[in-house]
Amino acid sequence: MNIELILFGAFALLTLLSAGTVIFARSPINSAMALVSTFFFLAGLYVLLWAHTVAILQVMVYAGAIMVLFLFVIMLLNLGESPTRGKPTLARIVGGAATVGLLVVLGIVLLKLPGGAPPTMSAAAQASFGTMATLGQTIFTQWLLPFEAVSLLLLVAMVGAVVVAKSRI
Amino acid sequence: MVPIPYYLLLAAALFCMGMFGVMVRRNALVVFMCVELMLNAANLTFLAFARMHGDVIGHVSAFFVIAVAASEAAIGLAIVIAVFRSRGSVLVEDLRTMKH
Repeated sequence: MNIELILFGAFALLTLLSAGTVIFARSPINSAMALVSTFFFLAGLYVLLWAHTVAILQVMVYAGAIMVLFLFVIMLLNLGESPTRGKPTLARIVGGAATVGLLVVLGIVLLKLPGGAPPTMSAAAQASFGTMATLGQTIFTQWLLPFEAVSLLLLVAMVGAVVVAKSRI
Repeated sequence: MVPIPYYLLLAAALFCMGMFGVMVRRNALVVFMCVELMLNAANLTFLAFARMHGDVIGHVSAFFVIAVAASEAAIGLAIVIAVFRSRGSVLVEDLRTMKH
């Protein structure tokens, strides 16, 4: 059996398990910790897809910065466990059923995709695929304007977060 | 070599789990976490297609998705704090001012 397939199976199983924990955990802290482990296992999957740079960003930005923000807010609000399970209202039942239906439809569509292993690349292309240098070159030549727009977006989000969360300015 | 449809199926399952959480959970913070799950499923799809085509554009898209997720988390959590301050609750069922 192929080692890559074994790694994929392990990471996929662990990702789905911790994603399930995110959804069904009683306390928000447990959800957040499960989300951190989900991000780590997803980073492993990204490495299997030769996306090393994105895997590093995943661990640093998602599992690091964003989850620290989440944990900080949870602890700031001092939320305990949710006292009761929510009642299964009509909207929630319909929403859950729609989700299962979407999963079935997506699965049927994806199984119709042409299967098989991904195409092999030349050794030179393989060595440079997904590295920081290649990604930076692409961003700063073809995608410079979107990159600058994203930096502006982050600035606006930062200012907006301060304005919204601060009680008196 | 792992076939690309396996990755896409995993991403679809992850997306549907995130969507299920958004539909069912009451705590606004957990709803935000489920949105992050959905964004990660989109990232996994981008990277799988990038690997399939040998093109690095998918990685650039994933980079932008991560940046947008960061700003979404900042704004969303600020709104949750503001709402908690004025209403004393983060349960989405309690926030029905705009419903009536």
